[in-house]
Amino acid sequence: MSVVTDPARPAVVEAPGKPPARRRGSFGFNTVSPREKVVRYVLLAFVLLITIGPFLWQLSTSLKGSGEDIYTRIPRLLPAQPTFDHYKEVTDTIPVWDYARNSLVVAVLVVGGNVIGASLAGFAISRLQFRGRKIVLGLFLATLVLPGEVTIISQYVTVREFGLANTLFGVALPGMIGALNVLLMYNAFRALPLEVDQAAIVDGANAWQRFVYVGLPSVRGTISVIAIFAFIGAWDDFLWPLIVLTDPNKYTLTVGLQYLSGTFSNNPRLIAAGTMIAFIPIVIVFATLQRFFFKGVEEGAVKG
Amino acid sequence: MRYHRWFTPWVLVIPALAWLLVFNLWPSINTVILSFTNARPIGGGHFVGLKNFEALLHDEQLRWALLNSVIYMVVCLPFLTVLPLLLAVLVEKKLPGITFFRTAFYTPVVASAVVVALIWQWILDDRGLVNGMAEKLGFISGPLPFLSDQWLLLLSAISLTIWKGLGYYMIIYLAALGNVGRELHEAAAVDGAGPFRRFVHITIPGVRGTMILISILISVSALRVFSELFILSGGKGGPGGRDNSVVMLIQQYSQGFEGNLGYASALSIVLFFVTVVPMLVLARLNRRGAEA
Repeated sequence: MSVVTDPARPAVVEAPGKPPARRRGSFGFNTVSPREKVVRYVLLAFVLLITIGPFLWQLSTSLKGSGEDIYTRIPRLLPAQPTFDHYKEVTDTIPVWDYARNSLVVAVLVVGGNVIGASLAGFAISRLQFRGRKIVLGLFLATLVLPGEVTIISQYVTVREFGLANTLFGVALPGMIGALNVLLMYNAFRALPLEVDQAAIVDGANAWQRFVYVGLPSVRGTISVIAIFAFIGAWDDFLWPLIVLTDPNKYTLTVGLQYLSGTFSNNPRLIAAGTMIAFIPIVIVFATLQRFFFKGVEEGAVKG
Repeated sequence: MRYHRWFTPWVLVIPALAWLLVFNLWPSINTVILSFTNARPIGGGHFVGLKNFEALLHDEQLRWALLNSVIYMVVCLPFLTVLPLLLAVLVEKKLPGITFFRTAFYTPVVASAVVVALIWQWILDDRGLVNGMAEKLGFISGPLPFLSDQWLLLLSAISLTIWKGLGYYMIIYLAALGNVGRELHEAAAVDGAGPFRRFVHITIPGVRGTMILISILISVSALRVFSELFILSGGKGGPGGRDNSVVMLIQQYSQGFEGNLGYASALSIVLFFVTVVPMLVLARLNRRGAEA
């Protein structure tokens, strides 16, 4: 993607001999007064405390030693006797690693299915002329008004009839090509000018080559947003695996955590350790990929 | 003139279309069919006519669930339409380190509802952080039963939903703010409008469409709530099952030997109509607002 400077918003140029900031209330919009800066950072820090605080508190609880009073009225964020014992105890008592592996299997299937299925369909609907195209598009749009929970019971019946009840594949299957993702890909491919296609046709490219060499490279932002959301959605999903899976060996992390919280309800340290095992991987995934995510957002992939 | 064989588009579209038919369209039809049967989670079942729908009318738990859903929606709506917009304005300006803050504010969205509900369960525990600090500061003499009182439990779940949703709607607003003309802000500033007036008269009208979209998203997701209430109530739906949501009831009837997929399907149909109402109302508001 090339960098286009919006003429209405010229890029900030830090001129060395810049005149001092204009008087109060009428700052240039690319400069921030020192006072505004302080106010903004104070507010940012406050919101940070609210959003991240609970996670830090849980992390701290999970690391506090068994002899440490975790119920004290004066909260201590830093553990006095830091220990990883609770992580060991949780993983020894409950097959948390198996749950994590199950979640990963489901998430990988869902990501793969959506990236492939949605980009193929999105490309065909937006860039190829065919009879019934409008109807196909309409069908995908129509399903958006239907919350997934409404059909979850009959979806379970379908999966059961395929013989996939109580299997990880059954958990992954219905979500492997989401209608919303098809529409997002449709939107992304549509942004590409038709002339590009025509040029490729003149050069003798067939539909597949236009998809691989012309289409795909220009929608990488949207693909990464779909991949990230599909991964997070599958990893975090709770209701669907709870309905499909009955065998504790096949639990995904979220279902397993619920089971764990029932087992260890008297020891918050162990529950905290379990939640951290489920939480940390997704945070790492998101933190590493966040720049693709925010770039995709700017390209308009999230606008709904 | 076409530059591909007639079947090429279909080859590309067929997988997605198959999924749509098998996992969206067929289940929607099948939900209606199932709702007239007494199908069991293990299989089998036969036609029972309108029996499930009659049972709905006398289901006290469903009445509570619907009331809870409406409360959930009414409380979530104002908070989640306004607070994320303020947050988006706060993180819009590209200050040093702003990416860190944006990512951090988004973290609760990325975390599973199960994870955050377990974290809140601990914070709201009788001996947890909130009760401990409130007692220490002398606001309360005994712990508040956040997780065992019918209304406090509902309120706790609502606050959790709001907290978890902030970052999600913030990002949608952030994308919309990018389209609000900066010249308007500059012109207003030159005319002497302060940040507050610019927010009310430029930012809010500029993101109006997004605001309607977000209100629809909030309403529908509030009516579909499951994980927060399920985990905070320990899977029991609160005292006497009065803190269930409609989806929690659907889940309860979906399994076990006493499960009844027919009744669960009838509940699903109720859920469908409940979620369609706010969509229609807000879409109508949108049209009227656009005409004005």
